[in-house]
Amino acid sequence: MHRYIAASIAALIFMLGVQALAVDPYEVLEDPVLEQRARALSQELRCVVCQNESIDDSNAELARDMRRLVRQRVTQGDSDEDVLSYMVERYGDFVLLRPQFKPQNYVLWFGPFALLLCGAVVVRQYMRQQKPKTPTPLSEAEQKEIAALMAETDSESAGDKPS
Amino acid sequence: MTEETSNEVTNETSTRVPRRRWIAILPVVIAVLLGGVFAKRLADVKDGLDPTVLQSVLLNTPVPDLDLPPLPGRDRLEDGIKTEHLKSEVSLVNIWGSWCIACLAEHPLLMAIQGQSDVPIHGIAWRDDPQASLKWLGRHGDPYSRIGQDPISEAAIAFGVTGAPETFVVDANGIIRYKHTGPISPDDWSNTIQPLIEQLRQ
Repeated sequence: MHRYIAASIAALIFMLGVQALAVDPYEVLEDPVLEQRARALSQELRCVVCQNESIDDSNAELARDMRRLVRQRVTQGDSDEDVLSYMVERYGDFVLLRPQFKPQNYVLWFGPFALLLCGAVVVRQYMRQQKPKTPTPLSEAEQKEIAALMAETDSESAGDKPS
Repeated sequence: MTEETSNEVTNETSTRVPRRRWIAILPVVIAVLLGGVFAKRLADVKDGLDPTVLQSVLLNTPVPDLDLPPLPGRDRLEDGIKTEHLKSEVSLVNIWGSWCIACLAEHPLLMAIQGQSDVPIHGIAWRDDPQASLKWLGRHGDPYSRIGQDPISEAAIAFGVTGAPETFVVDANGIIRYKHTGPISPDDWSNTIQPLIEQLRQ
């Protein structure tokens, strides 16, 4: 039993180790607060070489240099907005992994919800068609006719009722 | 249940039906709008827009602040690139590296441009070992007026570079007027870049 526990713990530790970080130990800033900010910013910035990774995740050399620049700027006292806008000025909005909320990006922000709304409307229309329509009440003449027919069948069935 | 009763009353029906129709055509409207956006983009791609190439946001803005050290051992009196070096005449700024295969492919054209045109080509040796840069230039020829080293991508990031080679056309006031991503082809040179240089010189 103890061996299993020990093995599990070892496996866990090993798995934690496998979760490799692109950030090299020598890049890490000494001030934990600044490092935290730099990490957070790095996760907001797209690696322009690999395009679907943040510079925090990427092993590309340009991403490493961008991380270095982020750390340098944070250390020099730039605010988070300053750092991000420095990058946006050079690489455009594309460099931000989270698109900004502005008119050029409205399709991106509202597109999925618009499509969802479309689906909801289509489903609603479909459901409505499925619902059986309540028949319009019979006119007086029709009711009379039915009553007459009913009376007829009643008397007929009374006549030849199977014994 | 309320719908049934409203259906029976004629004047209520007339007010309700248009609203429902409007809802029914909403998906069509949204689909047409979204389709329009996508169609526009596809048409742009068909017209030659390469979605993998980032359009530079630095067009028509001043060159970034630069102070790049010279390549030691290169026998030019003036070397290294500072911002003021890009503010006196129309010039090309070419980002390259000895490690970059596409730069090698582009290199003969840069040599030809240097031979036939008097536009200075400034080279930014990006993330390169100075010895390797020097050796590369010795082997393939040196088309550059000035060379500045950029070992940690300071200039590359400042120029919004995503890969090598990239070439910028800078006017006499140090304003970036054009960016070419990837190797310049002879057609790019004679159809686009050379006419632009002539135009900027007037």
